[in-house]
Order: sequence, then structure tokens, then C-alpha cells
Amino acid sequence: MSNLAIKVNDLGKQYKIFSEVNRYQTLREKITETLRSPLKNLLNPTGSETFWALRHVSFEVERGLVLGVIGKNGAGKSTLLKMLSRVVEPTEGRAEIHGRVGSLLEVGTGFHPELTGRENVYLNGAILGMKRSEIDKKFDEIVAFSEIEQFIDTPVKRYSSGMYMRLAFAVSAHLEPEILIVDEVLAVGDAEFQRKCLGKMSDVAGEGRTVLFVSHNMSAVTRLTKECIILEHGKMTQRAPSSEAVDYYLSHGYEKGGERIWTSDEIPSESFPFKPIALRVMNAKGQVVDSVRSVEPLTLEMDYSLDSAITGLRVGIYLMTVRGDYVFTSFDTDDPEQFSKHTERRAGHYISRCTIPADLLNEGRYTLGVNASVFRIKRYFQDANAVVFNVNPTGAPGMHWVEPRQGVTRPRLDWQIVEK
Amino acid sequence: MKTDVIETVKKPETVIIQPMKGLVALNLRDLWIYRELVYFLTWRDLKVRYKQSVLGVLWAIIKPFLAMVVFTVFFGNLAKLPSDGLPYPIWSYTGLLPWEFFAAALSVSARSMLTSGNMVSKIYFPRIIVPLSSVFANLIDFLIAFVILIGMMFFYHITPTINMLWLPAFMLLAIITALGVGLWFSALLVMYRDINYMLPFITQLWMFISPVVYASSIVPEKWRVLYSLNPMAGVVEGFRWALLGTQQSISPLMIAISSVIALTLFISGLFFFRRMERVFADMI
Repeated sequence: MSNLAIKVNDLGKQYKIFSEVNRYQTLREKITETLRSPLKNLLNPTGSETFWALRHVSFEVERGLVLGVIGKNGAGKSTLLKMLSRVVEPTEGRAEIHGRVGSLLEVGTGFHPELTGRENVYLNGAILGMKRSEIDKKFDEIVAFSEIEQFIDTPVKRYSSGMYMRLAFAVSAHLEPEILIVDEVLAVGDAEFQRKCLGKMSDVAGEGRTVLFVSHNMSAVTRLTKECIILEHGKMTQRAPSSEAVDYYLSHGYEKGGERIWTSDEIPSESFPFKPIALRVMNAKGQVVDSVRSVEPLTLEMDYSLDSAITGLRVGIYLMTVRGDYVFTSFDTDDPEQFSKHTERRAGHYISRCTIPADLLNEGRYTLGVNASVFRIKRYFQDANAVVFNVNPTGAPGMHWVEPRQGVTRPRLDWQIVEK
Repeated sequence: MKTDVIETVKKPETVIIQPMKGLVALNLRDLWIYRELVYFLTWRDLKVRYKQSVLGVLWAIIKPFLAMVVFTVFFGNLAKLPSDGLPYPIWSYTGLLPWEFFAAALSVSARSMLTSGNMVSKIYFPRIIVPLSSVFANLIDFLIAFVILIGMMFFYHITPTINMLWLPAFMLLAIITALGVGLWFSALLVMYRDINYMLPFITQLWMFISPVVYASSIVPEKWRVLYSLNPMAGVVEGFRWALLGTQQSISPLMIAISSVIALTLFISGLFFFRRMERVFADMI
């Protein structure tokens, strides 16, 4: 027998485009439509526009491989997983799956708010394809994992959303299929629980099971998967070892050149009166660059205008690694003195500028986001992935050892070596 | 942990995923694999239905009982409709039992695909389990309401005859009819939400073409065959024959016609549902 777990051959899914108003056809419409233009309906029974959510996708997954599926929203990842888990039927092509499939497209499917935690564990387990005896056997483990022992006989409608998600994930995590299809379920709960979920996922991967893993969290993808396929606009464009694929994915699809300029049609109407103009990354010489040296200070500049005055406005930046881990968040009025000085910002053209000191960031790729808001009142504008830039470590501390340094920062610390 | 892993290691099953064409096979194998889900969904429906209601399962009795009282007053006492020579209350209650089961099962199962939309668009399981389990959940209500009938038989001194052995067969006929119509409607409802508004009206009309408040003996002889095309006519008259021993309103031909129609509805419903199953997740 072949050692393949999944074999996908030229798979494609076509969707009809429904306009919002016409989402559900009513019988009357169908009848009048058919009467009015019988010929058209015979020739083109769908009568609506179509598009391919996914097309010409072929790949194979060997038994025991953990394969990542990455791509932007709308690239067809979910469609692929839905077809492989038999929720939707492909329009063309064929896929073969050898082994029992467990798919987690969402946690807590079928949970009923009126039922208790215990009852929902059994119900959800059965929906996911577990036998009652299997659930009996794992019940204590599931409850322990979810950390909600004392509420297990309370209806889940009284749960906090965190408890609900924990219980839901716990059931899913104890499914033991030969092939696991996972979609973004790790984005649940608090940081502590997320770590636990990731741990569980790597256990699953380590047990030699075949896993198909879709996520936007690139650090999770690199940690958990060996290989990745990249989907772009419904086509598979790459299959490569994960680190390579993640790098490729990250370097495509973001703005380049160290500067993000917003055109007027990109600015949402809710952001009025705040109008973003540009976000720039500049080196010590004041040049806009997409690569800076870690040993030089770098300047970040948000250029914007206000069409009318805003009271209490703060304009800030998020710095993230391209893998999605936050480095820091900072606002232009973090200093109380600055805040009282600029409490009311009149209409006009502004620049909020800050400098990141030299010897702070480690080598790597960073994403810069921007946020303009009034605390607890209104968020005018936000773009979490406005600019991407590189930090080049030439001259950084410890460069005489050729090794990658762990961590986001690479500070030059004042070491003293004392002999006593 | 380790022992679990060993247990699940068996010959891997292979699933082929590709577009289905033409009349598709029913895939009963999957239904068997997921049989426990039928049980769990039935159990959920029952549990949820009576949670937070003061009278709980008593509702299963109250509904047909009140209907019997109203029918007895208006159709029995005032309109003086014939009841095969039996006291009108027990005669109508015997008919109401399978009718209430059918009406409730139909209305729940027809809407079931829509109410389970979230599940259907996220997880694979044989979709037929959804309408199937909603019909089964109503079976429990039927059994509870049946207890009252036993009490009434004591009250009216009606001794059951050997005919009673046929009762499960008529119940099966009622289940098959409810499932058949439920399958058709639940699949159609996914595409045409109009069905949702038509349903109460259809059920009401259906009751009046079924011998619930009147005996089918009042239907002229030449129309009897046409009348029997309604499988519920056979079910209701069958119930009365099996439990109360009525003779005038029932004929073997009627039961035969009703059974054939019920089976046709059921089998065609299975295939229609299976055919539409492919697009449910896209439509919901």
C-alpha cells in the first residue's frame, strides 16, 4: 500500500456570486424567472455569475507529515479544507484520503447553550465522529485539559467565553484521527491556554499523525509544520520547507520600500476627520529605507491631517515581527506632559515622529502598524500591517560569532567581568 | 494513552472526494458509522425542548389532550360527526396520537437542516441524521401521550383485541411518512425559504384531508381510493382499527395504497435529500 495519506488531484471549487439582496432564491422568483426566459434558464440553469474559489490544486501528503497551508484571506485555504473534510463538494478534480479524518474547522460546533458542559462534551464528541466509549474513556482528560472541573454540570450559556472556548478546544484536541485537518483554532483563549493548545498540537504532530494546518500565525506554522503550500488567489503557487515558504509568503503581499502612502480611496469613511497620509521608516540620515542597520537609530514618522479638531487624540505605532509577535506599542502622547499639551488637536497637517534607539532590535523583518484613537471613545484609524522593514545586524554586539541570536531585541548591554 | 493509539491503528479507510454525478448512492455505510450521532442528536432535541419549561414532558400529553377536548365539544357534541359508534373522546384521541406525531415530526424535521446550519457548514457527517433524529425525538412524545390512551381505554372499558399486534406496523407507516415528507421539505427548505411559511398551512390542510376529526366512512365510496392516496389516512384508520376495533372505515386496499405511497415518498425523499446534500453547505 502506498505511503500517502492525502492525494489531491486538480481539485477546484466554483461558487456562484449571489448579490446581497438575492441571497436566497424564493420559489416565486424561480417560477417567474423560468416563465420569463425559459430558454436562458435552460441554457444557463445557474443564471448567476460564478468564480473559482480554488482551481487546479494538486499535491500529495505523505503519512506522518505536518503540512502547513498559508495564504491571505480569500486565497482559498478554507475552501480547500472544507473540501478535504467533505463539508463541501468539489466542482472538479479528485482527492483521495487514506485514513480516518478529524477536521477542526471551528471548535465547539454543535455546542448547545442550554446543555451542561458534560452533555456538550458528549454531543460535540459525537458530532466530531467519536464513539461514546471513546468519549467515556477520555472524559476526565478532556475536563482536566479545559480546567473547568467545577462548572462541568453548569449549562454552557453561563460560561465565560474563555471557558466555553477552552472546553470546546479540549474536546477537539482529544479527537484521535489518523489525519487531522485544523483551521485557525489556536486563536482561542488567553495566552496561557494558547500555549497549551500549541503544545497539544505539537504532541499530535509528534505522534506521527498526518496534519493539515491552516493558520495566519507564522510562528506557529514554522514551529509546527515541516512543509507548507502557499495559496494565492485560488491557486497553489509554492510548496517548500516551512521556513522558506514562510519567508516567501511574508515578502510577498506587503508594501515595500519603507513607506506606506494611503490614497484617498483606501481611507475608510469611519476614520473622518482623521486622514492618514503616510507612514515612513527612515535611517539616521533621514532617508526613507526598507532596511536599516541595528546599530543606527531609526526614525518612524506618521504623516496625517485632521479635517476637524479631535480632543484626546493619540497616534501610535505597533511594532511586530513578521511572524506576528508584538515587540511594543507606543503612542505620541504616552508622556503625560505631551498629552496635556496636545489634548486638543486642531484641524491641520501633522507629523508624529519618534526615534527607536540604536542597538535595540535584533536582526529580522518587522511589521509596523499604525493606530489613531481616543482612549475608550473611538478608534479613528488602524492598519496593523502598514510597512515592513528589515533590520540588518552588521556591527551588532556578538557578531563575531556567526550564529543567529534568539529574541526580538539585541541590546548592547554593559557587561562587567570581575575577578574576585 | 498508549493503549488508545494501538486500538485506533487499523486498516486505513479510503475516502474519495470528487463531484457526484447523476443519481447518487445512499451511502448507508457512513450512516452506520455515525449511528451514535443519531442517538445524541435525538437526546439533545429532547433535553433542550423540555429544559426550563415548568411542565416539562407533560406538554407531550397536554397538546393532544386539549385538542381532543376541543374536538369532542365542537365536532363530536355540536356537529355530531360520526365516530364509528364509539365515544367521541377516545375515538378522536386515538386518531390524534399518530396525527400529532406526524405534524410535529414534519414541522421539526422540515426545518432541521436550517436550524443545524452551523453544524452542516463546518463538519462532515451524513446529513440525513439531522431530519432523522428530529423525527425520532418526537417518537418519545408519542409514547408519553400513548400512556393517556391506555388510561382512557380502561375508562371506556375497551378491551384490546388481537388487532393490537398490528399497531407497530401502523406506527412504522407513520414514521416512514413523516420521514419521507420531512426529507423532501428539509432539502427544499434549504433552497426555498418559502417552505417555511407554507408549512403551518400545509399541515393544517393535511389534517382536514385525514380522518382525524371525522371517520373516513363519510367519504363516498367512489372517492375512497383517491382519499387513500394520503398515507396518513391509512395510518389514522389503522390506529383505530388496531386499538379500538373499528371496522367500517378501513379496508385492506386503503392500507395497501397508503403503504405504497408512504414508501414511495420515503425512498424518493432519501434520494432527493442525498442529491441535494452536496450543495447544503454552499446554500446555508
